[in-house]
Amino acid sequence: MQESPSQNHVVATGTYTIVWLALLLLLAATIAIAKLQLLARFSVLGSLAIASVKAGLVLAFFMHLKYEGRFLKGMLALALAALTLLIGLTFVDVWYR
Amino acid sequence: MNSERIDPQGKKMGMWFFLFTEILFFGGMFLLYAIFRSLYSREFHAAAAEENLLLGTINTVILLTSSLTIALSISALRRGENLLSSRLQAATILMGLAFLVIKFFEWKAKIVLGIYPDSPVLLRLGKGEILFFGLYYMMTGLHGLHVLVGCAVIAFMVFFTRRETINRGNYARLENTGLYWHFVDIVWIYLYPLFYLIT
Repeated sequence: MQESPSQNHVVATGTYTIVWLALLLLLAATIAIAKLQLLARFSVLGSLAIASVKAGLVLAFFMHLKYEGRFLKGMLALALAALTLLIGLTFVDVWYR
Repeated sequence: MNSERIDPQGKKMGMWFFLFTEILFFGGMFLLYAIFRSLYSREFHAAAAEENLLLGTINTVILLTSSLTIALSISALRRGENLLSSRLQAATILMGLAFLVIKFFEWKAKIVLGIYPDSPVLLRLGKGEILFFGLYYMMTGLHGLHVLVGCAVIAFMVFFTRRETINRGNYARLENTGLYWHFVDIVWIYLYPLFYLIT
């Protein structure tokens, strides 16, 4: 079997530390936006968007997804698409009942 | 051909499949939260004010940092630094436990006020509040359980790392433990704004 790039990729300490600092900055940003009500009625959307950026950073670097092959990324996309579909369709049902 | 050939890619794939089931497991609860929030937005708004933002934020910092230490422990192991790796794992466990201790005090503060599922105080409040706190206890409780399981699994990893059962050539178990821990971190990344920020 062909060796995937992730097999010999050791992520440097500096990279992880930068990602961690970015996560803390995003945490500070999300608190500031919520407390100062910067986005007014879009605050829920804003908080979830920031949470998704944080989750993306954890996935890409801490969970190594950036260095994985297409197959694994595709599988994750499929799982997330299933969840989105599930939530979306349920909302359609609740709203237009 | 060596019969004990290790297939780290396959092991990792298995862990990811498990995490996909976990996504849908927590996803179901996030779905409930989303639906009830859209139906009872005013009540959710008011009930979320009960949450302790400071403790929630401290716990977020703790979990984000513990994700850093477990990630660093894998890099250390792959450089052959078993001792450093085991120390970083131990630090991760300590942060996981600190998270649970803070969570305990958060729950306790609410229970003292009489806010817990099916409590007389809660039942006098509206449907929206009952749903909010029901989801709060359910989601943070199951998340806390995942943190506890994670701590136990990492404790095994410390043992394996010290005995060099896992090492720079055979680290799939630690890698999978890390994936699990990061997943639990991601769940918290979403729980935090939903229960502490959106007030």
